Amino acid sequence: MKNKTSSTSSGKRSDAITHDLMPRPFGRLGHIWVGTLLVICAVGLYFYIEQIRFGLGITAMRDYSTWGIYIANFVFFVAISLVGSLMSAILKLSGAHWRTPLTRISEIIAVASILFAALVIVIDMGRPDRFMNVILHARIQSPITWDVIVISTYLVISLLLLYLPLIPDLAILRDHHKDGSKWQHNLYKILALGWSHHPEQEKILRRSEQILAVLIIPVAFGIHTVTSWLFATTLRPGWDSNNFGPYFISGAFMVGAGGVIAAMYVFRRAYHLEQYLTDKHFDYMGKLLVLLSLVYLYFNINEYFVPAYKMKAAESAHLEQLFFGSYSPLFWSVQIFGMVIPILVLMFRRGRKPLTMFIIAVMVIVGAWFKRFLIVIPTLSHPFIPMTRVPESWQHYMPTFKEWVITGSTLAGALLIITFLSRLFPIIPIAETIEHEEAARKGKPILD
Amino acid sequence: MKPTVQHNDRREFLKKGLGIAAVAGSVTALHAFQQDTVVEETGEMVKLLSPQGEIVEIDKAYLKPIPEVHISPEAAREGIPNRRFVMVIDLARCKNLRKCHDACEKMHHCGPDNEFLKILKMQDTKLAAPYWQPTMCFHCDEPPCVKVCPVDATYKREDGIVLIDTERCIGCRFCMVACPYSARTFDWSEPEFPLEVAHQHYSPETSIPHKMGTVSKCDFCPDVVRQGEMPHCVSACPNGVFYFGDEYEDAVSNGDETVRLSDLLRDRAGYRYMEDLGTKPRVFYLPPVNRSFPFEEDEFTINKGHEHEK
Repeated sequence: MKNKTSSTSSGKRSDAITHDLMPRPFGRLGHIWVGTLLVICAVGLYFYIEQIRFGLGITAMRDYSTWGIYIANFVFFVAISLVGSLMSAILKLSGAHWRTPLTRISEIIAVASILFAALVIVIDMGRPDRFMNVILHARIQSPITWDVIVISTYLVISLLLLYLPLIPDLAILRDHHKDGSKWQHNLYKILALGWSHHPEQEKILRRSEQILAVLIIPVAFGIHTVTSWLFATTLRPGWDSNNFGPYFISGAFMVGAGGVIAAMYVFRRAYHLEQYLTDKHFDYMGKLLVLLSLVYLYFNINEYFVPAYKMKAAESAHLEQLFFGSYSPLFWSVQIFGMVIPILVLMFRRGRKPLTMFIIAVMVIVGAWFKRFLIVIPTLSHPFIPMTRVPESWQHYMPTFKEWVITGSTLAGALLIITFLSRLFPIIPIAETIEHEEAARKGKPILD
Repeated sequence: MKPTVQHNDRREFLKKGLGIAAVAGSVTALHAFQQDTVVEETGEMVKLLSPQGEIVEIDKAYLKPIPEVHISPEAAREGIPNRRFVMVIDLARCKNLRKCHDACEKMHHCGPDNEFLKILKMQDTKLAAPYWQPTMCFHCDEPPCVKVCPVDATYKREDGIVLIDTERCIGCRFCMVACPYSARTFDWSEPEFPLEVAHQHYSPETSIPHKMGTVSKCDFCPDVVRQGEMPHCVSACPNGVFYFGDEYEDAVSNGDETVRLSDLLRDRAGYRYMEDLGTKPRVFYLPPVNRSFPFEEDEFTINKGHEHEK
């Protein structure tokens, strides 16, 4: 809590923090980065318009492989969005105060990913013009309807969890941010909602955050469980699994932690935040990622080993293709580079150094994306009925260039949103950082 | 309801059955008709079953003709009253002539990439002889596709038929993923039709014209069944592989012979494909025993390991 009669030294310190964490204009690299992302998005948009005109035929999806990388990408986005609930809720409620500088990064990732999850599912629709049917003719029996409900709920709570802790920072920006343009200043002023650092305001804010932190956990479990049910409620081998809900959730937390580590590293380098995102934070995040990866490993063993032990006829074709067949190089790469090596490296203190962890985090993220590919696509190439009289391309789904670009552009779009939000708002909470430093200096317990 | 007379002509039989439906459906219309207009009696009497189950004889002039109306997407949800359609496929008679497939493709204007009906080479175990299995939408009584549809675009009707309203379908393809029989097909690109088809009023009962970005599948041809005809695959098959009929009447016909459904399934050990999935298909198979023809590979199956163990 901000102390009104703070000493001069702590006043100076808070000024320094405010100065350090103020959002800054992009440098040259920043401009190149944004420019590249914008170009990718523009090309993706161009191909998407083509898809609207000529149909999903521009993709490699056909009647058997009727879901492709769009759906895999959707699952990926939903998965990585769970990091918001991990950092802002689960760690908050368990009293892990070291998470403070990481909460905003996580919430920004969560909001950007869940927005793009929703967008990607529209991209996958054959008739996006009829999107309103989902509401007008909603049927509660369908897991898609459940997904619409939980995803929109999660988006609202995530936006609130991003916005509420931002209000005191917005007030600081309103009062101290000088070099921005006029609209930027107006934006801060409007969004700050007349915040005056009054203890009563802080009390209300703290309570609201607490309530949201509790609320978001079941919703976060909900979005990814329901997403797993899009597959698990069908009768298909490879999806017909009772393990799918926890399997998806554990994988989601793992990739989410990977996402935060990668973002931490980039922001630390770009904005020189070594003082705030310390090696200690990397160390803790590394340990957290090991834990989450081990949980995911456990669910992977359940998911693959148990059916592989039984080798029921329908399952065996699917599993053999993954273990030894056409998908085996991808399958083993994902399992080894996306899970086993990260666990082994991060178990050791020497592995939990920022650069190493950044590389590991990128491996985890890329592995996670292709893991979703392996969950969605191989199953569909093993229908119960034999596939005859169909072209070769129908039997082996290989995404088209346009499909890759559209998918890539959604990833670029999410990165663009993350970049813009970090340009507009402090990527590390200013007010909370000041508060925690003061509390630490005075030996008071941190109110979180 | 059991047929009171022996009918050998399935077509006539269906027509009469539909006459019942027409009477039931147009009772009020008939009254109004009688009050308002004077019609000349033709003297030609027809026997009909009244909704109460009595056989009545009325002059043909009083019959309201079954109009060849356009069944709108809303009306198509109702289904044909007092019927419960069912199909039996005799695997012992299938020779992979593909007449059923061609008729289906022609009448539903499906391209080669949108098959409503497939003829699959099946082999239950390595030691058993392979056989041909015509496969289409099974119009399941517990349809997994209908369960997952988020917008009620695909639905189960009272007459047992599962249809798709492609004017409502959002193209999410969840139904295709949910269907364990891969019966559904998707229009990945703009479908091409002759002009008269493209301008035809869309009805879920005809499934045409198809629309880009929507799902379609075998519809059991309710439009022709309404007219007292057999589905196109049934009438196209020269070997009488397909029997079609009404479960309530306990009768099915392949065009040549009309048989009691329950007898046929009991005596010939009828079964449903992948019964263990619990989807309760409305299409039954008669096992490929005492076959009419030896199995012959076609160019798509020869030298290919498409044997499929059940």
